[in-house]
Amino acid sequence: MVIDATPNSQPPLIAARHVTMAFGPARTVLKDVNCDVAGGEFVALLGPSGCGKSTLLRLVAGLLSATSGSLTVAGQDPTIARRTTQKLAFVFQDPNLLPWRSVAANIALPLELSGASRQEQARAVDEILPLIGLTQDDARKRPRNLSGGMRMRVSLARALVTHPDLLLLDEPFAALDDVLRQQLNEELVRIWLARSWTGMFVTHNVAEAVFLAQRVIVMSSRPGRIVADVRIPFIYPREPELRANPDFARLCGNLSQQLREAAQ
Amino acid sequence: MNSLVKRFLQTVLPPLLLFGVILVVWQFCIDHYRIKPYLLPSPRAVCNALWNDAALLQRAVVYTGSAALCGFLASLVLGTMIAFAFSQSRMLRSAGYPYFIFLQTVPIVAIAPLIVRWCGNGFQSVVLVAGILSLFPILTNATQGLLAIDPDLFDLFRLNNASRWQVLFKLRFPSAVPSICAGARTSSGLAVVGSIVGEFFVGQSTKHYGLGYLIEATNSNAQLDRLFASVLTSTLFGISIFALINLVSLTILSRWYDGPVEQRH
Repeated sequence: MVIDATPNSQPPLIAARHVTMAFGPARTVLKDVNCDVAGGEFVALLGPSGCGKSTLLRLVAGLLSATSGSLTVAGQDPTIARRTTQKLAFVFQDPNLLPWRSVAANIALPLELSGASRQEQARAVDEILPLIGLTQDDARKRPRNLSGGMRMRVSLARALVTHPDLLLLDEPFAALDDVLRQQLNEELVRIWLARSWTGMFVTHNVAEAVFLAQRVIVMSSRPGRIVADVRIPFIYPREPELRANPDFARLCGNLSQQLREAAQ
Repeated sequence: MNSLVKRFLQTVLPPLLLFGVILVVWQFCIDHYRIKPYLLPSPRAVCNALWNDAALLQRAVVYTGSAALCGFLASLVLGTMIAFAFSQSRMLRSAGYPYFIFLQTVPIVAIAPLIVRWCGNGFQSVVLVAGILSLFPILTNATQGLLAIDPDLFDLFRLNNASRWQVLFKLRFPSAVPSICAGARTSSGLAVVGSIVGEFFVGQSTKHYGLGYLIEATNSNAQLDRLFASVLTSTLFGISIFALINLVSLTILSRWYDGPVEQRH
């Protein structure tokens, strides 16, 4: 199955035009960033540390606003889009769970904040648990009784529980060990195929970006600029064996090279 | 069980042994240097006073304890409410905060007579003094806890379009509970001190009297054995209140949080 989610006729879901972001005169984090993301597309933002990829993600989320240029989500200002037409979810680098709440109550938080009834919340949690590989027993636990990988799963479940249209992930698996990271990458691809949200995944890990995304946007550092926009040709569903594919290795090699050049 | 015994031997036994040594030296000094009982009573005399005054001291503890508890609970509720208001507006915070610092730094013995003048010679004045003294730690800790929320968690709430009230009650308040507990522990001790100080000024003209009045009265009658007994009871009472609040906050923190801040790894 080949998924090509870039319909030419439709306007892009996310459109960045000459976006510049500066924290004060001496700290320009993003400079003249232009990019489009189509609805349903899964894009990875790849770049060295401090290249402003997280900042770009926060601009899309409407947590920050650009110093100059325009960034729209579904043709609107991101803060307006997330309040009206686009259900948006954000996965942070840390799981960011509320320690005083059980796992189930953590997952239900976005629904609770939007005023869903208790029954609706319980139903949504029951539905999401198997998708994310958690049991009912886990759902009753407190976050501190879970491993790092499990906490990340809970964080992912909390993001997916609202059936978001747009899922933004800010290096969510950076703190996990390699095996766990690969496993969660495979699950993320599986869930994306099942749920078909638009995804933006920030990472500094080349193999992760190539394994997950349809497109990898490479950024340079200080100030952050887009230096390459690479289409990943592998078909979905992507299996673990893909990582052993010579084409996969070659693509990773090329991207690593570009990343090195961008970091200089 | 074994580790419990070991912990007892390591933490409780050494201070008890030291206390025994002090008692022996004390009694020896009294006997050897013939110190007058109106300057320093012997440990034996203090023990006797404790025994003889047991019923009186018990009633005083109940009286002082109720005043301290009322003052403490009032400051816990009021301090948290004011902190809620402070967390919502920087203007309100900068306008109100100096006055609470003023309340904290003004000597309580200076304003206690005023309070008695305004509120009368009674329980309510004792409660008020205890409340004033214990308010500040709760207020500062709660305000700081309500403001110092994890920025990522705040972003999470913003992204879910949470209202100001939702942020306050579902994020700020639960995040602040460990800080409020820390403030409450300091406040509980201060509430006991406050109620004893309050009784210095109030106790004389009421039918009921607390530890503060006993300390005051026995001192002016030079009954030093009874004075020591009252002070000792006050101290033990203060410690037990502190231990009780500690236990409650520890239970809350280890049940719903990652434990008290100082015990986290």
